[in-house]
Amino acid sequence: MLHIENIDVYYGKIQVLKDVSLSVHDGELVTLIGSNGAGKSTTLRTISGLLRPRSGRILYDGKPIDQLPPHEIVNLGVVQCPEGRRLFGNLTVSENLRLGAVAAHSQSSVERLRREVFELFPRLEQRRKQSASTLSGGEQQMLAIGRALMAQPKLLLLDEPSLGLAPLLVESVFSIIRRIRAQGVTILLVEQNAWQALAVADRGYVMETGKIILADSSSALLKNPEVERAYLGGAL
Amino acid sequence: MSLPLYVLQQFINALSIGSLYALMAVGLAMVFGILRLINFAHGDMMMVAAYIAAFALIAGLPLPLALVMMVVGTVLVAILMERIAYRPIRYAPPVAALLTSFAVGQILQNSALLTSRFAQQPVQIAFPSVEFLRGVVTVGALTIPKVNIASLLLGLVLLLLLSLFVTRTTLGLSMRAAAEDIQAAQLMGINTNRVIVAAFVIGAILASVAGLLYAVQTGTINPDMGFSPVLKAFIAAVIGGFGSISGAVVGGYTLGLLEVVLTAVPGMGDILPAATTAPGVIQFFKTYLPSSLTSYRDAFVFITLILLLLVRPSGILGTSDNDNAR
Repeated sequence: MLHIENIDVYYGKIQVLKDVSLSVHDGELVTLIGSNGAGKSTTLRTISGLLRPRSGRILYDGKPIDQLPPHEIVNLGVVQCPEGRRLFGNLTVSENLRLGAVAAHSQSSVERLRREVFELFPRLEQRRKQSASTLSGGEQQMLAIGRALMAQPKLLLLDEPSLGLAPLLVESVFSIIRRIRAQGVTILLVEQNAWQALAVADRGYVMETGKIILADSSSALLKNPEVERAYLGGAL
Repeated sequence: MSLPLYVLQQFINALSIGSLYALMAVGLAMVFGILRLINFAHGDMMMVAAYIAAFALIAGLPLPLALVMMVVGTVLVAILMERIAYRPIRYAPPVAALLTSFAVGQILQNSALLTSRFAQQPVQIAFPSVEFLRGVVTVGALTIPKVNIASLLLGLVLLLLLSLFVTRTTLGLSMRAAAEDIQAAQLMGINTNRVIVAAFVIGAILASVAGLLYAVQTGTINPDMGFSPVLKAFIAAVIGGFGSISGAVVGGYTLGLLEVVLTAVPGMGDILPAATTAPGVIQFFKTYLPSSLTSYRDAFVFITLILLLLVRPSGILGTSDNDNAR
């Protein structure tokens, strides 16, 4: 479904991704883990078209997408729920969801999609007229995921959905991820919370300083002592 | 003239001037909200509109056609301006964009100058009379120029339509979303180029109406006629809370009111009916607020604004943490 082939990405003169290759197959839940600053979010931003690889290419369903503008990538069904939620705080819950459905294939079914999101997150329905900035952290994360679902993703890119949430809420975010996956959505999950992420994922990639250093099934990675070392950034 | 009537008349003046400022300030605020660009060439949109209308009317075209040409022509200029001048430097530092806007303004002003020369018109052109904006309306003892009523009504109607647009339509919501967080908007599948062009187009429509009303009010047009209005609009947008559309509207009317109050109050001593007012009051106005103070109006306006910004640095509707300005 998604094939990243040997991409190099730079911020100005600084190279942040070095020869990164990664694949996600139809129906899979793949996780990309690594310590802070390893390049996980940069990878997602490049897939979404916010950054351009200097070399290498990104294929989606066999077609290159690395030169497309972000909105066309969303139109293809590759939708990102960004790190830090990035909600439109001045807009209401309902308006945020409506904007999630701006993608061409969702526009005619905004109402139906919104009902589906409210079924998944009943709390959001109670708050539909409130502006997004007044929601609690957990509710904001639910809205961010709901907004991404409004675009009817075929491939959902989740960037640190558990960041900054209380342990109980982290649990519920991961159970939501399982439910979304059960609906047939392919997921690429970026997480710092490695053990939780590997527990839900089929396969995982481990990143360190802009490179993929390990790729294996989740169960194998969970047993691999290398993961722990990479995860702590080699500080031990 | 009795005092209540005088106050009412001045209040209508304030709303009419405020409408002009608000129409202009909204255009600045919309573009700034999304692009962080202070588009000083926005004032020249007014000028372009006034020139198109003037030349169309001088050429003898019927008024409705001239007005349509004015709006369409101004919108086209705005689209070209965005495409040629602003899009290539979208990711450049803000200062580059600011300088570009001055350059665009100069180019537009020189184009107006050249057009006048080719049309064998003087630099300063008398704006042709527009029938429905000419003369005054008399209601009882109240006399109001028609153009003031038109400014007031057009301002209110257009701003109402704008508020429906930004709250009810997907494109309008997308504009507000892009103003908050343009990258998040892109990740939602919002085509930001479309949203940016929309902001320029709406700004140009509002500026063309403002240009027409301004030209009718002043009676003459010249290539740098947009300078003072864009400065006032900028101030209006700043005092309202820069980047927010509602802030621009509030700022526009606040500035209008402020200017009129500072013009009207110093003349009060000459207007108050001597028979019914305590002599002390008239004496007070004549001594401390003589009508000659009116010529210092702008100085007082700016002093008030400085005081306002000292108290509320992010404007009337601005939020203190200013998370809009990311």
